[in-house]
Amino acid sequence: MWRTCLRLRDGGRRLLNRPRGGLIASEGRGPSPPTPARAYAPPAERKRFYQNVSITQGEGGFEINLDHRKLKTPQAKLFTVPSEALAVAVATEWDSQQDTIKPYTMHLTTLCNTSLDNPTQRDKGQLIRAALKFLDTDTVCYRVEEPETLVELQRNEWDPVIAWAERRYGVEISSSTSILGPSIPARTREALVSHLASYNMWALQGIEFVVTQLKSMVLTLGLIDLYLTVERAVLLSRLEEEYQMQKWGSIEWAHDYELRELRARTAAGALFVHLCSESTTVKHKLLQG
Amino acid sequence: MAALGSPVRTWRGLLRELRYLNAATGRHYRDTAAYRYLVKAFRAHRVTSEKLCRAQHELHFQAATYLCLLRSIREHVALHQEFHGKGERSVEESAGLVGLKLPQQPGGKGWEP
Repeated sequence: MWRTCLRLRDGGRRLLNRPRGGLIASEGRGPSPPTPARAYAPPAERKRFYQNVSITQGEGGFEINLDHRKLKTPQAKLFTVPSEALAVAVATEWDSQQDTIKPYTMHLTTLCNTSLDNPTQRDKGQLIRAALKFLDTDTVCYRVEEPETLVELQRNEWDPVIAWAERRYGVEISSSTSILGPSIPARTREALVSHLASYNMWALQGIEFVVTQLKSMVLTLGLIDLYLTVERAVLLSRLEEEYQMQKWGSIEWAHDYELRELRARTAAGALFVHLCSESTTVKHKLLQG
Repeated sequence: MAALGSPVRTWRGLLRELRYLNAATGRHYRDTAAYRYLVKAFRAHRVTSEKLCRAQHELHFQAATYLCLLRSIREHVALHQEFHGKGERSVEESAGLVGLKLPQQPGGKGWEP
């Protein structure tokens, strides 16, 4: 009897080691399944394996502890962040996971991991070039020619932002209705490269993240320079979609879902840039005062 | 300068989100590090608000951004669990999503076992 038990246990283990797809398919063939098996099931989420989350100040910055273990990055480096506010926000992300850990809700942790590990091995110049590449195909510089109401909407909403960016950085940014996009003068690019070079690596990782979310350098600059709120920047980035939604109706599982996700990612990126750049020193003065 | 509304509104919104975050763990939101940090930051900002107007605005901007982050994540997770968290849908469920119903065949389709 013991032997059969052992054999069964072993067999069970082999079954567990099989690829997921196989397991799910075999469930469907079993006798009278209560619900029909789904062809695709999302990967199982990891359980919350810790109780308390705390912050300690180490040599390299602020560290996060899950119970008595130190948080590590995916490349097994020690997780340290330069600012206290960021550490508190990351700790809150870990503490707010309920039964399972949902990595897709932990944008600030993700951004810190990217900055610590730098998985793409890029240097500052490459990051700046990657972000500025979006200026050539900037959302707010591409205009439509019809319908008339959308043309007007784009002019009324996007032109003030472009005008603000031109004033703020003393550059020239034009818009275009051509498929080839606007022609951005080389001087504009140089001015923005030197402006972005004043940010540190962490902030640049955040800036690139925001640019890739909003698909716009101009809107990102507005967000980083406190000219646009997150809600406003996301609205301007999705202007045509909002226009079509007003005309044809909004679908909760597509439009609302994307809007919330884009807002969350953009807010995380903007907060990350603010907390990692020089503004933290201003805040320290403020706290001492 | 972006229009942010009243700081009190932002503060109340943040407290609301903290309460949501701690609803599951059962602890009071005032016991969290986030609450203590926010209280400290908001108090300090009130004291020096007259001297450093730029810093005041900056802090309020960060608070509003954090509020937007927490609120959007909560709403995103709710939508994710309702619509995307359970894997692929059956044919009936997919049809139901766009307001359609599969046709009924009295007596089956003839090829079932």
